[in-house]
Amino acid sequence: MTNTDLADTDLADTDLADTELTDDGRATTGRAATGVAATGVGDTGTGTVAVPQTELLRVEGLGLSFPRPGGGRRVRVLDDVDLSVRAGELVGVIGETGSGKTTLARAIAGLGAPDAGRVLLDGVDISRLRGRAQRDFRRSGALQFVFQDPLRALDPDLTIGASIAEGLAITGTGTRASRAEQVSDALRRVGLDPAVADRLPAQISGGQRQRASIARAVIGRPRLLLCDEPVSALDASNRNHILRLLDGLRRQLEVGIVLISHDLSSLAGIADRVVVLYRGRVVEDGPIADVFSRPQHPYTALLIASAPSVRRQDRLDPASLRPAAGADPGADSDSDGAARRSAGGCVFAHRCRFATHACAETPPRRAVAGRPAGEWAAACHHVETWRDQVTGSTAILKESSA
Amino acid sequence: MPEPGTGRGDQLLTVDGVRVAIGGGRTEAVHGVSFEVRRGEAVGIVGESGSGKTLVCRSVLGVLAPGCAVTAGTIDFAGTSLVGLPRRAWEQLRGTRISAVFQDPASYLNPSQTVGHQLAEQLRVKVGKPRREARTAAVALFDAMGLHEPERVYHQYPHELSGGMLQRVVLAIAVSGEPELLVADEATTALDVTIQAEVLELLGRLRRERGLAVLAVSHDLAVIAELCDRVLVFYAGELVETGPTAEVLDSPRHPYTEALLRVASVGDWDRRTPDVIDGEPPPVGAEIRGCRFADRCDFAAPQCRSGPVPLTEQAPDRAVRCVRASEIALSGAGAIGAGAAV
Ligand SMILES: Nc1ncnc2c1ncn2[C@@H]1O[C@H](COP(=O)(O)OP(=O)(O)OP(=O)(O)O)[C@@H](O)[C@H]1O
Ligand SMILES: Nc1ncnc2c1ncn2[C@@H]1O[C@H](COP(=O)(O)OP(=O)(O)O)[C@@H](O)[C@H]1O
Ligand code: SF4
Ligand code: SF4
Ligand SMILES: [Mg+2]
Ligand SMILES: [Mg+2]
Repeated sequence: MTNTDLADTDLADTDLADTELTDDGRATTGRAATGVAATGVGDTGTGTVAVPQTELLRVEGLGLSFPRPGGGRRVRVLDDVDLSVRAGELVGVIGETGSGKTTLARAIAGLGAPDAGRVLLDGVDISRLRGRAQRDFRRSGALQFVFQDPLRALDPDLTIGASIAEGLAITGTGTRASRAEQVSDALRRVGLDPAVADRLPAQISGGQRQRASIARAVIGRPRLLLCDEPVSALDASNRNHILRLLDGLRRQLEVGIVLISHDLSSLAGIADRVVVLYRGRVVEDGPIADVFSRPQHPYTALLIASAPSVRRQDRLDPASLRPAAGADPGADSDSDGAARRSAGGCVFAHRCRFATHACAETPPRRAVAGRPAGEWAAACHHVETWRDQVTGSTAILKESSA
Repeated sequence: MPEPGTGRGDQLLTVDGVRVAIGGGRTEAVHGVSFEVRRGEAVGIVGESGSGKTLVCRSVLGVLAPGCAVTAGTIDFAGTSLVGLPRRAWEQLRGTRISAVFQDPASYLNPSQTVGHQLAEQLRVKVGKPRREARTAAVALFDAMGLHEPERVYHQYPHELSGGMLQRVVLAIAVSGEPELLVADEATTALDVTIQAEVLELLGRLRRERGLAVLAVSHDLAVIAELCDRVLVFYAGELVETGPTAEVLDSPRHPYTEALLRVASVGDWDRRTPDVIDGEPPPVGAEIRGCRFADRCDFAAPQCRSGPVPLTEQAPDRAVRCVRASEIALSGAGAIGAGAAV
């Protein structure tokens, strides 16, 4: 519901103006279209791919708050958030409802007023662009959004083709015929039959609609794609189709992707790195294989243990990571995050089994022992010791890190 | 934790040859589905979007949308025939002996009344508790649903509660009449994964403590695996495989079940790429001569398309709709423990 209120129509409508696209785009598309939906593309595997080292996006110390409805102290929704994405890299942002994922994506796109920090795209702070500079940046189409509900990007009264071409048409790029050609290419690129261009959004399935909205987002060759829960409304098979598509696109187009999800398993196998957000703070971030096999933060461990699975051997009982019954009567695991957040202290303390008096101070984000700064970090006072207190099968916690 | 059903012959719900038509009766979307749910048993329906899971649930609950109808078959609930049951008889049944929870709890609550009031009303009207007693019972039930500070929750309005809390409220209302059967259609799909785990545990506890039978629906086999004793795999309006959950996961017999296993959440964090099922299910109402899965099946052979493929019983409680079931080798999910982490 919040998402609908936050609709940024201006963003969805402004984009797509890369004059060099026609030649360039068609050439690459021809090569790519065969691979996207086929097995080939994804098979490269995350661990083995050499990710380009050029940093595309750097978010530094981002803070953002909203006025409280009844007045009084503002509600802090993002606090000291760091994030970096390289060209062609796929970074997962995981967090529960209300943890600030959408607010973060919007802030990166310059929608929303951060009260601290910077958002650098190619070294330029884009979070505070105003007026003409902002308009020019949006027109450049360097940054695109993909939403959970594809209907937000696709006008119900326009054909799929018209929606995809909209941005190109607005800025008058190319002739009608060349635009139609680009739309066909974009549709093929996302694994859709170009004939879909003549249909209305209501006439195709949810999974196909999400592909179409991705085609719309990539037709102008963006540098950064912000995907806000793009698969949450899809069934398991369609979910994986879209994830593979995104994985293929970042390789073919060298586009940096921020993939927001509340579901860890959506990130397995495709993300390079993961950032775990809890109540507006980054509690852990690092290479996905490391984070998944040896979570450093108790919340990350709880997320992993809670994921349903068709294979249950060695699985940690999530109950062994929750506070013992009656230990903290104030703990309400799913009450609204920002509203009940106490000032200071570890954001996760109210749900943490391992909380001590020390946790009344906000834990700093520290590099994991033996890892260079910036590679893998967690914000917990008891990183070294909480694991020892877990009983039961702890295979996921004890696996040695590389 | 899935517990073995209390033995054959203890049927609570028997669905036999049910067909459901949509679009005012023109298009058949469910093509003769049969299964049973025994007392205290949890049975899960799994399948892709559009496979007919919700239509079957709604048929069982007698709440099909206008234009949709059961056109053939019978549904028996503890001796009462549910197809065509008069409205008055439904009133006696729904909310007390059969109840339901869905994906979007908020839409089943009245936004202008406190959640406590709504539960107390249910206890008053359906269970016949006096007003004051209903109030006390409501608070106790909220507490039993794992809601902290139930007294405070009692006085809150739906919009003040998170999705997970709302689903607990709806569950409290659903079980307030001590039903024998709970239908849960994607009841945890919209929840955060940590909350989903808690609600699945809660459902497991309700089964143990109240002997509640559950008919659960999910498009994710992993969720069904956590909750259910037996699983029903739906494809394009048909039941294509059924069996005890652990057996089906370990050794699927239908190629579609194997495909669902590949796309399910596996908790396998160094998996290379997310798997997909190529192609699309046939459109609803498509006239298909043979196996409805043939266009997407790696094992499809001429005999698959020559005529209707029957659901064949392989062992008690185990059936599969595939002409090549005995000659193809499929892989399962690996070692599966009998119990979920509840
Ligand atoms: N009220 C309705 N009117 C018309 N068609 C309907 C109606 N309800 C369902 N259908 C159609 O019947 C088929 C089966 O729908 P159903 O809702 O049972 O699927 P499902 O398995 O529950 O899917 P999902 O996982 O998306 O919930 C679909 O093709 C759907 O479009
Ligand atoms: N425009 C707004 N005004 C006030 N509060 C907001 C606004 N947008 C978001 N919030 C609050 O900020 C928090 C984070 O929201 P959001 O970024 O949408 O989280 P997520 O996307 O992770 O679910 C929530 O508590 C939400 O209610
Ligand atoms: S700092 Fe304390 S409360 Fe926070 S996660 Fe670590 S142990 Fe738990
Ligand atoms: S009957 Fe044939 S096409 Fe159908 S699932 Fe079996 S092998 Fe595949
Ligand atoms: Mg969001
Ligand atoms: Mg459904």
